Amino acid sequence: MNSRMYRKGMKDGIPVALGYFVVSITIGIAARGAGLSWLQAAVMSFTNNTSAGQFASFALIASSAPYAEMALSQAVINLRYCLMSCALSQKLDADLPFYHRFFLAFGVTDEIFGLSVTQKGRLNPWYTYGIMSVAVPGWSLGTITGILSTGVLPQTFLNAMNMALYGMFIAVFMPAARENRLLRPILAVSMAGSAAFHLLPQFDFLSSGMKIIVLTLTISLGAAVLFPIEEAAEKEEKPEAETGGSRV
Amino acid sequence: MRTYGYILVMALTTYLIRVVPFTILRREIRNRTFRSFLTYVPYVTLSVMTFPAILETTEETWISAVGFLTAMVLAYNRVSLFLVSMGCCLLVFVLQYLP
Repeated sequence: MNSRMYRKGMKDGIPVALGYFVVSITIGIAARGAGLSWLQAAVMSFTNNTSAGQFASFALIASSAPYAEMALSQAVINLRYCLMSCALSQKLDADLPFYHRFFLAFGVTDEIFGLSVTQKGRLNPWYTYGIMSVAVPGWSLGTITGILSTGVLPQTFLNAMNMALYGMFIAVFMPAARENRLLRPILAVSMAGSAAFHLLPQFDFLSSGMKIIVLTLTISLGAAVLFPIEEAAEKEEKPEAETGGSRV
Repeated sequence: MRTYGYILVMALTTYLIRVVPFTILRREIRNRTFRSFLTYVPYVTLSVMTFPAILETTEETWISAVGFLTAMVLAYNRVSLFLVSMGCCLLVFVLQYLP
């Protein structure tokens, strides 16, 4: 069971790894701009696994900012991982050995979380480990590729790979919207709100990471108050790891 | 060496943010609103991150829009995650070479 879930995780993780590889190339290019060596950039990617956080760090490193400022900026930019960990902790079996929580925490990124939390029923940690085992190397290798081969890969290829990453997001939330009618207006509001934050100059004072946090908190909270999910409906949700894809 | 200091600070801060909720929330949360909130969070986050950023994946907005709509239609029709992702990726790659 565990090895089957691990392999399923690896398979679902391929688009994540490809997308990471590409996004991470841009991280590598930015790292070179901030004066990092390829090894420093690789260590940073391997230990952080966060696109927005790493991007933001380069300006701070280049300007020799205090460590405290670095810690604070990372905490704010990566606050969404805190929400994600809260959500993911609810998917774990109470009998699961505690050490799994320390390993799972390392893999909480937007994409790995998105795939893991939308598994039916309880989360088998080996599924997440499967994703991590292809996605985390993809992230680190992309960074190294970026810093070493600036300007070699064609832009059309990088663009298409970026699209693959978004295609994966869509493949997570659209099937859910089909099954749960309440989600449709919520997703529509989310996209409209996101477009407004993107287009209106009044919101320019928010970093892109903060915009995601603000939108996620307000819309999810509003949705939870307006459309609370009944307990009864949740209980019907039995573990269906045998048949369930990455759908809700 | 200071660069490695920064990397350490970043890694520790980010890991703490990820691990603390896992260690504090050991039991199931009973509060219905909070449970609903946590259920909605991933979908809201993913859709917020996808749109409108997806429209800027290529230089031509219409190509990105075609990729976006293709992925939406495929995913709504329960095509697997891998095929949705690779389908819109390939389509967008080819469209960029149109004369």
